[in-house]
Amino acid sequence: MNNHENDNELQALLKQALPPVQNTELQRDLWPQMLRRLDDAHTHRLHIPWFDWVLAAGTVAALLIFPGAIPALLYHL
Amino acid sequence: MELLERFAAGDPDAFEALFRQHQREVYAWIIRIVRDSGAAEDLTVETFWRIYRARDRFDAGGNFRAWARRIATNAALDHLKRVRPETELVDDFPSPTKGDPVVTSDLRRHIKRAFLALPAKYRLVATLALIEEQPYNEIAEAAGISVALVKVRIFRAVRMLRKKLNYLRLEAAPK
Repeated sequence: MNNHENDNELQALLKQALPPVQNTELQRDLWPQMLRRLDDAHTHRLHIPWFDWVLAAGTVAALLIFPGAIPALLYHL
Repeated sequence: MELLERFAAGDPDAFEALFRQHQREVYAWIIRIVRDSGAAEDLTVETFWRIYRARDRFDAGGNFRAWARRIATNAALDHLKRVRPETELVDDFPSPTKGDPVVTSDLRRHIKRAFLALPAKYRLVATLALIEEQPYNEIAEAAGISVALVKVRIFRAVRMLRKKLNYLRLEAAPK
């Protein structure tokens, strides 16, 4: 048996193990799912976690209480 | 203004029109690769999400169908890389009970396992070429590689598969 026949046999075995997909028809309209994805993306783009707000507020408060720390903070940035 | 020009300019109605026009075709391509209807639906949406984000880079005079198929192929490839074969819920499509009776269900299972263990880029090309029998030039265009490279990947995939089956001494004996 030559290589070509071997390959054909392997392909036939493969197609028995994993038959070609018969039903490639989309069963439902995916636009509503797409819209949700677009909405989520727009929402998440503007979303800032609460922890970041707390951290920012804490930093501002610390700088107002200890203004002398501003040059040190700028130096380390 | 043409639909593709309006899409490239960021018109949401043009995007919806293109989505409705091409969703079935994109889904049909993806399901041939991933063989799971649920994953194919999610990947169709992922494909159009990537298309939407890349709209600025789309040449309105270009071929939207080919561009969408290429993005869909990349999304499907990412899925194949991400989903480990051991945990993959592959196949909405069970093997037919008919077929060569000499080929036992055990052999089919081993072949399936060996095939799913192939690296994703080989599996993608081999699935489309050997199982779905898609033309080489279409596979090449969708995967963004040359026809020669498609042939090389098929050759290597077959060699790897044969090696795995020989290792298990499971390949069908020559007739």
